[in-house]
Amino acid sequence: MGSSSVFTGFQFSDLGFLAEAAGRTLLISALAISIGTFLGCIFGWILSVTRVVGDATLGVVLDVFRSVPLIIQLILFYNFFPIIGFDLNPFAAGTVVLVFYTSALVAAVVRGGISATPSATRRAARSLGMTYWQDLRYIVWPIGLRAVLPSWAGVALGVLKDSALVSVLGYVELLRASQILITRTQEPFLILIIVGAFYFALSFPISRLTARLERTWQYD
Amino acid sequence: MTMEVAVLAMLLGVLLGLALAMVRMSGNRSVTWFAVGWIELARNTPALLQLFFFGFGLGAFGLHLSPFMIVLCGLSFNNAGYLAETFRGGFNAVPPTQLKAARSLGMTLGQSYIRIVIPQVLRVVYHPMTNQMVWSVLMSSLAMLVGYRELAGETQFLASKTYRIFEFFLVAAVIYYLMVKLILVGSRLLSWRLFRY
Amino acid sequence: MIEVKGVRKSFGDLEVLKGIDLVVEKGEVISVIGASGSGKSTMLYCVNALESIDSGHIIVDGVDVHSRDTNVNRLRTNIGMVFQQWNSFPHLTTLENVALAPRIVLGKSKQEALEIARKQLEHVGLVDKLDVYPSRMSGGQQQRLAIARALAMEPNYMLFDEVTSALDPELVGEVLDTLRLLSDEGMSMIVVTHEIGFARDVSDRVAYFHEGKIEELGPPSQVLDNPESQQTRKFLANVR
Ligand SMILES: Nc1ncnc2c1ncn2[C@@H]1O[C@H](COP(=O)(O)OP(=O)(O)OP(=O)(O)O)[C@@H](O)[C@H]1O
Ligand SMILES: [Mg+2]
Repeated sequence: MGSSSVFTGFQFSDLGFLAEAAGRTLLISALAISIGTFLGCIFGWILSVTRVVGDATLGVVLDVFRSVPLIIQLILFYNFFPIIGFDLNPFAAGTVVLVFYTSALVAAVVRGGISATPSATRRAARSLGMTYWQDLRYIVWPIGLRAVLPSWAGVALGVLKDSALVSVLGYVELLRASQILITRTQEPFLILIIVGAFYFALSFPISRLTARLERTWQYD
Repeated sequence: MTMEVAVLAMLLGVLLGLALAMVRMSGNRSVTWFAVGWIELARNTPALLQLFFFGFGLGAFGLHLSPFMIVLCGLSFNNAGYLAETFRGGFNAVPPTQLKAARSLGMTLGQSYIRIVIPQVLRVVYHPMTNQMVWSVLMSSLAMLVGYRELAGETQFLASKTYRIFEFFLVAAVIYYLMVKLILVGSRLLSWRLFRY
Repeated sequence: MIEVKGVRKSFGDLEVLKGIDLVVEKGEVISVIGASGSGKSTMLYCVNALESIDSGHIIVDGVDVHSRDTNVNRLRTNIGMVFQQWNSFPHLTTLENVALAPRIVLGKSKQEALEIARKQLEHVGLVDKLDVYPSRMSGGQQQRLAIARALAMEPNYMLFDEVTSALDPELVGEVLDTLRLLSDEGMSMIVVTHEIGFARDVSDRVAYFHEGKIEELGPPSQVLDNPESQQTRKFLANVR
């Protein structure tokens, strides 16, 4: 009854376990990024319209999400519900926090994108008889999109990596899975490399692509 | 203390980041791959994973760092990767004609860099560096997962005794928030003094 | 005296200077004209050791510019240079822009350096801008600042590389007036320019560059008004 009965080496089936966990990482990231971006666009638009009033209200709230460590946000939110007599599973809690965290980051980006269109250009658009919404749709949107896409991609990749923190709530995503395997197999180096390679394979091509896009857009 | 780890990691990050940026710009093939590898790994994997590497990962080779060192190494590694790209951008933003103009006045290469090029680079990288400092503070909260008792770690430790997790983390959140605001305000004040042009 | 003797210079496969010979006497003003890419800027850079040369010699007041044991920093204090794109240092005020090099290169005291700077800025008509940052000044003012900055080193020679071609038309005059002032004061200068009228006014001699060679060299009345070379005639017809 040596340690070998407790600690078994890394097996092929463990790859399946990791893949499943990777799927969860992708799922929670995709949810956070899509819903968070949607909300972030709305928040960013509200901020740009309401200006000072928005900054003093919504702006302050969103700023909290950017100024408190995500890990503490997660723990706070997760432990808040038992207090009001309501149990939330780690997945739901993690998703909600990540969504708001993402939306706060996206709002800042979107706000910058809207102000990227010089007011002279917008006035020109309105002078051609465009409505407010046409101006937004045909002038501000295409100009802002170019200004914003690289930073948005940065936010999205950041959220993908930050989703690893949901592991503290016990949700078995990729990083948590690797911890479990490390404890069992005692082969941390191999497992960390596999997990690192997964994140890298996802993040690196996208960051390269956006850097390239950013460069080509600068020249025309 | 959170601040201590975050500040030390930032200082190390600046030095290492500068070195990486220089190496990367030098175009010397044999060492460039090392710098590029570091930069891309730091930027494209979760910071927590990087901490685990300095914890479990090195532990596998019998190298057991103290929790403080794990966090310091992890955060420095991460900061350096991001800052290296910031610095590279900063140097590229200063037109090469500035160096030519300085040299045409008889300044040595060293004088030209210290008096003319670097002050201009500093202005370009100042804002991103402030952001990185904020990140450094926020990331230091990850230390609680490595067992090092900085601010977040302390609260978890306390919380596990009293089971009033929520309240303690609320206090931690407020302190982090204030630290971040303090950095931003300080940085703003300093920038008014530094950059009057 | 600046002596340029048989200078050749290539960038990779492209030979930019194909044997340049030119002598600038003390107090002489030489204008250099020629098409874009003919090597005018490159020659100026070589005179100031900002570019190396492949063969030939450049001798300034008896000092071989490209010799191994020449102190190029000392040499450059004797040759002022002003570039097409005004290179004012954006992080320094006008006064600091001019005072910096006298202090750290010539080793003057801070007080002396500021005094020199003030004098040179007055010279180019910028006394009312001493504490202003360059970003607050027009291109013409920044270009005059660059001239004052070079003059503060008390050089014997000044090199000007198309100093008006990046300026708005209404600002060209003030910079040319400054150059004219210097030439009246007896400064030795090489002026690369596209302003033919100005070249005729101030130069003692005009050099026409064509594909890395000096095609024609002589007084303005000859080169600009009665050019011998077919190439020069063609160029002038296009410029006018
Ligand atoms: N650092 C360099 N590397 C490679 N080629 C260069 C370099 N500098 C100049 N050249 C080339 O050398 C040639 C001459 O350049 P130069 O700047 O001397 O021309 P110029 O007569 O000053 O033209 P312009 O009127 O446009 O300023 C050009 O074809 C240019 O492309
Ligand atoms: Mg030129």
